Amino acid sequence: MTEVALPRHLLGIAGLDRAAIVELLSLAASFSEVAERPIPKVPALRGKTVATVFFEPSTRTRLSFESAARRLSADTMTFTAATSSVTKGESLRDTVETIEAMGVDALVVRHRAAGAPALVARWVTASVVNAGDGAHEHPTQALLDCYTILEALAPPGAELPGGGDCSGLSIGIVGDVAHSRVARSCALAFEALGAAVTLVGPRTLLPPSLEGWPVAVASDLDAVLGELDVVYLLRLQTERMRQARLPSLEEYRERFGLTEGRARRLRPGALVLHPGPMNRGVEIDASVASEHATLVTRQVRNGVPTRMAVLFRLLGGAR
Amino acid sequence: MSGTERRAAREDGRVFVARAAVMDAADVRRALVRIAHEILERNHGTADLVLVGLQSGGVPLAERLAEAIAAIDGTPVPLGRLDVAFYRDDIPLRPVRAESVTSMPVELTDRVVVLVDDVLFTGRTVRAALDALADHGRARAVQLAVMVDRGHRELPIRPDYVGKNLPTRRDELVEVSEKGVVIGDLVAR
Repeated sequence: MTEVALPRHLLGIAGLDRAAIVELLSLAASFSEVAERPIPKVPALRGKTVATVFFEPSTRTRLSFESAARRLSADTMTFTAATSSVTKGESLRDTVETIEAMGVDALVVRHRAAGAPALVARWVTASVVNAGDGAHEHPTQALLDCYTILEALAPPGAELPGGGDCSGLSIGIVGDVAHSRVARSCALAFEALGAAVTLVGPRTLLPPSLEGWPVAVASDLDAVLGELDVVYLLRLQTERMRQARLPSLEEYRERFGLTEGRARRLRPGALVLHPGPMNRGVEIDASVASEHATLVTRQVRNGVPTRMAVLFRLLGGAR
Repeated sequence: MSGTERRAAREDGRVFVARAAVMDAADVRRALVRIAHEILERNHGTADLVLVGLQSGGVPLAERLAEAIAAIDGTPVPLGRLDVAFYRDDIPLRPVRAESVTSMPVELTDRVVVLVDDVLFTGRTVRAALDALADHGRARAVQLAVMVDRGHRELPIRPDYVGKNLPTRRDELVEVSEKGVVIGDLVAR
């Protein structure tokens, strides 16, 4: 395995090259095996402390990180803004410095403002993992999605599914790209592994500028649906409705939802992913979501080994 | 030399230069057949036996040992492949890499496990392997087979089956491959 220097922090997929991503996915494969054992836990990070610091609500991401830390035998601390001194007006800097003073080795940060984890990384000596910042990035989601796609397409028993190669795959990321940190991280990661990425959505929900995005763009899902090997549905953030970017949820479903009709027109063997939580009946029909063809449960399951890989990589070795 | 040391050596730009051949391919083959006989003799056959090769150097030896045992006894022995990266005690000191995914074909509870590695040196890899095995069940007994015991133990660990006892200097390296066993040094490029 080639040596790849991963920086002390994981702030985004931007800045990771193909080799760094593949290395993390290989580690995730090792940790997937750990999860299947009678005792699904290793002593790798004994004595380390991982704090999840969430200024935005989340269940699955926070639980997934905490579970990953515990399966590496690290201790965990949980900080949620709603029950903290932030409600008394404490600044971000004071908050993270206070948490770090309690002795933590990694801060897993989610914040509504893009760039907040990068700021935190400048203030603290601990490692920082971006668990979602504004509409910027959500790198561990992209990594677990890469893993899920490779695993689904590879023959069983392959060590790193598919060798980490997505060349020749056509992946469509559908929906509210403009407000999605998942879309950005996924587009970068899929492209780094060799896939061709198409963003699909109404013009009002695509970013105003796509400079630097290694992607194609389409505003008609039906025109590209038959060419996609992977359909990645984004959550429609219904609060955007108020900003008049969409005429109605029903019209969105008509044009961009994975309806039963569209599901029948998917390529044979096409994969359907969704980062959750799903709006059933909007971006995906309830019946399609329940079908075995969607990989939503696998995505959640793969979140833990993927985050174990990230924490192990950042916290192993001398500082 | 463990995989970790091999990689650490490459990282600082040094290369392995062989100085002397210690065993040739035929020697290694004969040692494997002898060890296969010893394992069968000591355990009175293959009942409950599981071979577990340590990633990465121990795996090909474990495979050959399984073939040798099957050739003698006529019964196949389950073969596991164990990666001990996440159990190493030097994780806080240097970046530790996983060699490969672990695969364990059977639960180890009440089995007799023969751990197989290429070179026994400080004993730290075997220490990590014992911890890792415990997470796959409570083996009735664990035995250790190595092709080369080169001394310099740092832990109270000894092998049950040895291909060759090889006195070495601490800074020398021993490499085991299909072609045999060579001793050499790390040399700056």
